[in-house]
Amino acid sequence: MLRFMLRRLGYGLAILVGVNLFTFFLFFSVNTPDDMARLNIGGKRVTQAQIETWKTERGYDKPLYFDASLQGGKQFTHTILWERSVSLFALDFGKSDARQAINIGHEVKVRMGVSLALALPLFILQVIVSIAFSLLLVFFRHTRIDFWGVVLCVLMLSISSLFYIIVGQFLFARVLKLVPMNGFAPGLDAVRFLALPILLSLLSRLGGEARLYRAMFLEEMGKDYVRTARAKGLGEGRVLSRHVLRNALIPIITSAGSYLPYVFLGSLVFESFFGIPGLGAFVIEAITGQDFAIVRTMVFLGALLYIASNALIDIAYTWVDPRVRLQ
Amino acid sequence: MKFVLLWTDLALWLMVAAVVVYALRIRAQANLRTTWRRVLRDPIAASAGVVMALFLGVTLVDSVHLRPALATTDGGTVYDTRALSTLDLLLARQIAMREVSYSVPLGTHGFNKESFVDAQGQAGRDYPRLKFGGSHLGDPAVQWAGDVARRATLGLVGGLAIAALLVALTAAALARHHHGWRHALADLAADRTVYPLRAVLIMLTVILLLAGPVIALMPQYHVFGTDRTGNDILVQALKSVRTAFVIGALSTLATLPLALLLGVLAGYYKGWVDEVIQYLYTTLSAVPNVLLIAACVLMVQVYFDKNPELFETAAERSDLKMLMLCLILGLTGWAGLCRLVRAETLKLRELDYVQAATAFGVGDLAIMGRHILPNVMHLVLITVVLSFSELILYEAVLTYVGVGVDPTTSSFGSMINLARAEMSRDPIVWWSFAAAFGFMVGLVLAANLFADGVRDAFDPKARSARPRIFVRRGAADA
Repeated sequence: MLRFMLRRLGYGLAILVGVNLFTFFLFFSVNTPDDMARLNIGGKRVTQAQIETWKTERGYDKPLYFDASLQGGKQFTHTILWERSVSLFALDFGKSDARQAINIGHEVKVRMGVSLALALPLFILQVIVSIAFSLLLVFFRHTRIDFWGVVLCVLMLSISSLFYIIVGQFLFARVLKLVPMNGFAPGLDAVRFLALPILLSLLSRLGGEARLYRAMFLEEMGKDYVRTARAKGLGEGRVLSRHVLRNALIPIITSAGSYLPYVFLGSLVFESFFGIPGLGAFVIEAITGQDFAIVRTMVFLGALLYIASNALIDIAYTWVDPRVRLQ
Repeated sequence: MKFVLLWTDLALWLMVAAVVVYALRIRAQANLRTTWRRVLRDPIAASAGVVMALFLGVTLVDSVHLRPALATTDGGTVYDTRALSTLDLLLARQIAMREVSYSVPLGTHGFNKESFVDAQGQAGRDYPRLKFGGSHLGDPAVQWAGDVARRATLGLVGGLAIAALLVALTAAALARHHHGWRHALADLAADRTVYPLRAVLIMLTVILLLAGPVIALMPQYHVFGTDRTGNDILVQALKSVRTAFVIGALSTLATLPLALLLGVLAGYYKGWVDEVIQYLYTTLSAVPNVLLIAACVLMVQVYFDKNPELFETAAERSDLKMLMLCLILGLTGWAGLCRLVRAETLKLRELDYVQAATAFGVGDLAIMGRHILPNVMHLVLITVVLSFSELILYEAVLTYVGVGVDPTTSSFGSMINLARAEMSRDPIVWWSFAAAFGFMVGLVLAANLFADGVRDAFDPKARSARPRIFVRRGAADA
């Protein structure tokens, strides 16, 4: 177990280094710090002096990868690549590129809480509702309920999530006036603001998820242990809930686990449509404002969460299936 | 007139050529032929295929671009700076019917009140008559309903007539094998044909009945209304089909080289090659997809802004941007298919025929090319058709985020994006949203159903998950 964890950690670190190098190369090869300064200071006439101040303020006043003017190890450590990477790995995200520089670390901390408030209940409900719906379809397999259920699933997954949002907002917030159109309030008030995005997000993903889970359940249904369970005289409901569900949990965890990073990172579209100040909205603001420091931070954070959630998924395997051993 | 070959046009036509080559291969190979027959015998997949074919038709008509010659005073020829497609020429009347601003579907008056001064010098505010929509009517309040009903009926009758003609032609074609056209008709009606022709004909009839009235009304009205700048919504929706097709098809094609090459290499050589390739795709999939795409698109944008001399016309610029978007989607999205191909190759390389080839001294490259690659192609096909619809949906999200296609390119994403503000107006402007919804759901649903049919035919494991009522009696024993 310990060896597994250590190896996992090492591999995770290697991936983080890879992601970091890749994004760094991607961002700085096309766009030199001078370009970024010009973009962020804005205006037509930008003097070289202004650019230099901007670069010094944000620590971009060094060579990118290699400094030939220095000696020994400093050739590598006295560069943007090194300093940025070290601070990222220390989870010190620095300031944004925008003219009114904000502290990214602080912003991420505050906004992650908001994203969690939206995404965590959504994640839990998502898994429960999808499993329940697909189990229902499997229970009624080879009947009209199953047929029309699958038709409904295909129809639902053919509709863009943007349509769900626009129609849902129009119906529930504008016509029925059940919930506010958008916005956010901390504390218990948040429920009023989060109910609609959670419901709509649930609907927009239900079709695809339920169909996937249904196929997983049906694959399990063909196996021998199901026949044994039936031969023992178990009712269909018990066969499904006690045997099929438990055995299908492994693929379900794999598929649901891929959403785990987004529980923290939040949903881009839903947060910005509903004016919820989470990390997803933060990213959209950064993209439209071309603030690369924020995008870089979020890429790093995303990779970190991906690695963490993969480790979590592996642990969950051993938990639902005692036959799985970590080694 | 001067033909212009845009990059995406080239890619699309190459793709069509590839499909034709593939079709020839299907004819030559018995196993492929059987599998594809299974797809065509599935009534849902066949009907969805008809819809897809229609959308593909629109796409291809929209993919021949030319720059019309402009008359000059000194007799020389100068070409228009805009590249028009053949679809633009077909819809020239609709494009020319440009109003001032919003108007409701089939409307005769504008959506916003305007100030005017009438003949008596009286100033007032009223809804203005549209310049083109219903302009042939002397008194819209009285004549409008009758005129629309007359044209719509004409369109319906026309659609029905063509549908009847299609049924008759099908019956005539079947007559030889079904003992005369009477029997052929009866068999068609009872769905006793080898291929699900009844379903296909019903689908075609429905499409004709929908398209008939639209075509009949189109010359005089804006059937789906106009947008904020007065452009016909129907034209935009039709133009968006091409964008969706390009994104859906080219992006998956762009994933293929990397996914296939690396997947086969990793699975075949195992060892450190495998380790490196696995590390590569794990690293790639660790980055949240939207962020990665956004970062790449921003980079391309910066590069384009720095090098404006790369393109002659605005159309070329937005086209190149779309192609870059496809490439970016491809280069960031190969991890999934690569994983599948690697797993399949690991399985294949242990099979007897590969072992035999190794024993005969066949080289690694030859084994990979001749024995492994053809046997992972079914995975490629399934992935391509499945991700087609996903990518169309994804384009809408990306355009909303601001990293999708160029704002000058009409796409479903930009239509929805605009619709968001329109839906919060009072009274609401719903028609452009509704048109985008209708066309997009039609396309994505057809793509999904067709993809399901292909997957069921190529992947026996998926077939068991299909609801039983879907299975056609004739197809089961065929």
